[in-house]
Amino acid sequence: MVEKKNKMTLVVLSGDMDKVMAAYIIASGAAAAGMEVIMFFTFWGLKAIQRDGILTGKGLFGRMLGVMNRGGLKAIGPSRLNMGGMGRWMFKLMMKMHGVTPLNELREACIALGVKLIPCDMSMTVMEIDCEHLIPEAEEPVGVAVMLEHANESSVQYFI
Amino acid sequence: MSDTPKLSLDFKGLLCPMPVVKLAQAMKQIQVGEVVEAVATDPGVMADIPAWARTSGNELVSLEKQDKVFKFVVKRVK
Repeated sequence: MVEKKNKMTLVVLSGDMDKVMAAYIIASGAAAAGMEVIMFFTFWGLKAIQRDGILTGKGLFGRMLGVMNRGGLKAIGPSRLNMGGMGRWMFKLMMKMHGVTPLNELREACIALGVKLIPCDMSMTVMEIDCEHLIPEAEEPVGVAVMLEHANESSVQYFI
Repeated sequence: MSDTPKLSLDFKGLLCPMPVVKLAQAMKQIQVGEVVEAVATDPGVMADIPAWARTSGNELVSLEKQDKVFKFVVKRVK
């Protein structure tokens, strides 16, 4: 039995704006309270650590996926009521009106507080996303065993 | 002496999670035993700042509502 640390592991599967926002809020709040925080980004979640305005993919399918599934915090929309981008525009406007901290600043706060952003190796291969498509603060890609090792010694685990 | 705030912070207009994020960053700028004071407008801080203090192991010296502003004082313990 591994001893639990004051540590949190989040698996971010979703690439939707609202869910990514929840993930970064939980991570920054935990790091602010002195917890060690690990975020493991897999599949659609990789969009949350992709650089803005970069097209991914090498082969035909990979490039198609890159075009239809734009990554980066500027490109992602809400999980509901996106309506071809209108929802994203409306949400961003409403968040600004109410003074909610934008996604990129939340991610910067996480990085400043020492949150580790770890990409999933296998989903990067499948989706033809390379390390240079990710923000420079992202760690080296790893597999499920490394994520589970972190989760096993964490007192809190989330799957988003 | 430790009651004189080393830093005075303005969190007016900031919503969750920024008050605790900025408070945590301010803690790194002061020494153990020193104190920061802050003002915020988000009513959420009334529950969030005490919870942050319990989780992070720092001491909440005071927390009060004055008109529409919430004022609090936190001491760095570790």
